[in-house]
Amino acid sequence: MVYLTRLEHFNAAHKLYNPAWSKQKNEAVFGECANENWHGHNFDLYVTVKGNPDKDSGFVMDAKQLSHLIKENVIEKLDHKNLNLDVDFLSGKICSTENLVIEIWKQLLPHIPANVTLHSLKLYETPRIYVEYFGENLQ
Amino acid sequence: MNKVAVYRKEHFNAAHRLHNPEFDEATNEKIFGKCNNPHFHGHNYELIVKLTGEPDKQTGYVIDLKELSGIIKENVLRRFDHKNLNLDVAEFEHLNPTAENIVIVIYNILRPLISNHLDMQIRLYETERNFVEYPV
Repeated sequence: MVYLTRLEHFNAAHKLYNPAWSKQKNEAVFGECANENWHGHNFDLYVTVKGNPDKDSGFVMDAKQLSHLIKENVIEKLDHKNLNLDVDFLSGKICSTENLVIEIWKQLLPHIPANVTLHSLKLYETPRIYVEYFGENLQ
Repeated sequence: MNKVAVYRKEHFNAAHRLHNPEFDEATNEKIFGKCNNPHFHGHNYELIVKLTGEPDKQTGYVIDLKELSGIIKENVLRRFDHKNLNLDVAEFEHLNPTAENIVIVIYNILRPLISNHLDMQIRLYETERNFVEYPV
């Protein structure tokens, strides 16, 4: 079994805000991330699939094909967008990096070829903050 | 003259949008592309402030970098970090917040706060791959 990772990136605006809470409580919990006028990040997304190298090609998966399907199903919907306002699959969700990585998993999973398994996503919000997701407790 | 350059790196993240109100919608879209999104997008900015001068005879410092860090944090990061550059930062009320304009604004904020004996140059990374320098 070999693990193959493709790195893609996008940048976006967002805010952390729970509409069920008062403005005061949002500021207490989310601090400067609750800025009503948004802020933003350069996100880096690491997508790892696992499988056995094909006997003929030597590939677990064509990395170019992996790049295309990430771009088509995730990056095009997120890049240069406002995560809270512009992204159908985040509608009604709190745009934390944790929630974002789970929703990206859901977008990618149906497009992963049958001969490999989606193993993990690693999503960097800043060079110093990242989350990882392995598809556990997917609802 | 035995000049040395010293550097302090800081970072902030912010939302922005590239838009010229004098252009019509189609022209804005054509020139600024997806950066024109009316709902904004955002970046992690990296800011490098370079000061050049002779080390002080008594301290050995060109500048105390902790002091430089404090000046950048108080005057730039406090106003830019987790903000919307178009909406929250007065300098961009009528100025397009391109990386080029941001670096000039930051230079103009910091220059009066640093000794005239030191040369200043600022590099601003908008992404890992896009960065600007001022003055040149």
